[in-house]
Amino acid sequence: MLSCRDLTELMTDYVEGKMSLGQRLRFQMHLGMCTPCRAYLRQMRLTITTLGKLPAEPVPEDVRRELLQRFQGWNRRA
Amino acid sequence: MAVPDLDDGELVARLRQGDEAAFTALIDKHHGALRRLARAFVSSDAAANEVVQDTWVAVLDGLAAFEARASLKTWIFRILVNRAKTKGVREARSVPMSALGDGEDAAESAVDPDRFNDRGRWVSPPERWDADTPEKLLLRKELVGELEEAIARLPESQRSVVVMRDALGWSSDEVCNVLELTETNQRVLLHRARSRLRAMLEHHQVGR
Repeated sequence: MLSCRDLTELMTDYVEGKMSLGQRLRFQMHLGMCTPCRAYLRQMRLTITTLGKLPAEPVPEDVRRELLQRFQGWNRRA
Repeated sequence: MAVPDLDDGELVARLRQGDEAAFTALIDKHHGALRRLARAFVSSDAAANEVVQDTWVAVLDGLAAFEARASLKTWIFRILVNRAKTKGVREARSVPMSALGDGEDAAESAVDPDRFNDRGRWVSPPERWDADTPEKLLLRKELVGELEEAIARLPESQRSVVVMRDALGWSSDEVCNVLELTETNQRVLLHRARSRLRAMLEHHQVGR
């Protein structure tokens, strides 16, 4: 029987789909009976999706201009 | 056909012909991600900017010889990672000792062991978070900064993996390819990074 602590260590294997069928069944059986571990899994998924929503920086105008100039120079050279 | 929809072969062909729209599209597509990843290896925004600029120059220099053995994206990001690592190593000389070493601990736990009893059951279980969506979490302005700081405090190997996988949304194959990691190592690093970042968010949600 997997312990709660085991679950926290296996969480990424589970989320990444890297478990054998047997492992996955044991994992899910524990989850079905354990509210705190379900909460932990939810928090882990929320952490992952939140990281994906961190604002991306736009390309600064001066950087874009400089790179484009380089590209034009490169193009003439080529 | 819109530039962002082009496959690698067509895009490279257009770049070689000097198509500025193609180059602008390439910058828009990758610049932010390059910056974020560069920041995983070097200690300042200025150094990261320099690495990204150098990368674009190297991309232009190498474009004529690019043979599409890897995808264009993988090729560009490999150039970045090589440059960023070199720069990171050079910088490390001037970084205080405590910041050296990768902070990897073979026995690192996902959760503080004191939160379990001797049979491994929760004695201090995770509490409910007020915010249950990324949007609600990130609504708190200070959280974006705190999360960025928590990412910056991760050991470099964990940081580069979690940035690529979760912040940039890459597949594990792509990450292994660019960082030259085995799939298992990649997963261990990802696990540690995600566990630490979850703990930071938990602290933020319930720890005040």
